[in-house]
Formats: sequence, C-alpha cells, structure tokens
Amino acid sequence: MSLGDSATELGKVEGIGSARRGGEDWIAERLSSVALLLLGTWFLASILFIPKLDLETVTEWLHGAGGAVPMALFVIVAFWHAVDGLKVAIDDYVIGEGNRWACNTVILFFAVAGASLCLFALGRIAFGAAS
Amino acid sequence: MAAVRDRPISPHLTIWRWGPNMLVSILHRITGAGLSIVGLAALTWWLLAISGGTASYATFTKVASNWIGIVILIGLTWAFFQHLFSGIRHLVTDTGMGLHLRPNKLSAILTIVGSVLCTAFLWAYILGALK
Repeated sequence: MSLGDSATELGKVEGIGSARRGGEDWIAERLSSVALLLLGTWFLASILFIPKLDLETVTEWLHGAGGAVPMALFVIVAFWHAVDGLKVAIDDYVIGEGNRWACNTVILFFAVAGASLCLFALGRIAFGAAS
Repeated sequence: MAAVRDRPISPHLTIWRWGPNMLVSILHRITGAGLSIVGLAALTWWLLAISGGTASYATFTKVASNWIGIVILIGLTWAFFQHLFSGIRHLVTDTGMGLHLRPNKLSAILTIVGSVLCTAFLWAYILGALK
C-alpha cells in the first residue's frame, strides 16, 4: 500500500495519515441525497395532494406508472441512503473492526429485505387488478 | 503494507459547547437514524398493507390514526424536514460556502426554525382537513 509522497518516513512506518479511500462512498451518499431531495419532496407532496388516503384512492394512484415508478425509485434510493448514512454513524461510534462489520452487515441485510418487501408490495399493487 | 492501528474516533460529546451548529449536526444523525429505522419500517408496512387489501389496510389505518400513531407520524414529519433542511445545508457547505461563523450559525438556526414551522403548518392543515 502506498502512502504517497506526502507521508514522512516516520508516517510511512507508523501507517498514519489519511485512509486514502472512502471518497467514492462520500460521493455516492451525496448523489443519493440529491435524488432523495427530489423523490422525498415528490413523496410528501403526493401524500398531501392525494384527495383521500383510503385504500381505493391509494391503490389507484400506485396502480399507474405515475405513482408506481417514482415510488419504486423512492424506496430504492431511500434504503440505499439509509445504509450509507447509518454506516457513517456505525463507523464513528462502534469500536472494533469486527463489531463495525457485524453492525453494517446486519443493517445491509435488513435494508435489502425491507426494500425487497416494498418492491414486492408495489409490484403486487401495480400488476394486480385495479380495485 | 502499513501497520494496522486504531484509527482516531469522534471526540466525546461532553467536550463540545452546546450551540446551534453542533445541535444541528447531531440532530442530522438522530433524525437520519430515526427516518432510516422508524420511517422506512412505517413505509414498508404501509406499502405491504396497501398490497394486502381491505383487512390489512384497515389494521394499518387503525394504528396510524391512533394518538400514538399520530405522535410517531408528527415526529417523522419533523425528522423529515430537519434532515432535509440540514441536508441541503450540508450540500452547500460541501462546496465551501457558508463556513464562516455567522452564516454557519444562522443557517443552523434556520434549519431548526424551518423544520418546526413546516411540521406545525403541515399538521395544522392535516388535522384541520380531518375535522
């Protein structure tokens, strides 16, 4: 592993300095945050402006592409951003490489399961018979 | 290969003086964790309840319209706005803008004022529409 030219000899020996990776994670979290800025606003506005939140109205809304597609995107990006965000907190507060890995893995499994359940539900609504 | 050693972790909260900036910083994490866990669990349940039909949707609306359900939904609404506004503030400061003491403190205060006002107006509207 190269520490680059800026590291002093002592720094190279001790292995201190920046982690030299993780920039992609940081960019990815910003990217998903910008997407959520749009999708989250869409979600809140939709909930507010839908005439009624009864089963019939909501099913009709999510039955069409105009409701189902942004909702699927919202679900995917929200779970993705949640995993990235919780990872930042875990990496800051949980002590020990193994513990961090365990926490992050549990969160990832829950997020994938949750997102899959949401997409299954959305598929069932969108491709089922209109109520 | 550099020697493996413990990386520095975040300083403990008690050494910080309370101020709008650090309050907004920790609120960003708390609201993010709340939205990730409680918010996404509620979203998953809602979508599954819609796809499940009349009986499952009735169970969801019964819990959601209960006083404890409303308290949780109001909390999630506030967390949404707080995380949204401080998230926008993060994106702005990521570009290097708004880092001077006064604008930084002002923008921190504005995220809190904004999230409380938006939550209050939204729920006054919702609870007014229900009556």
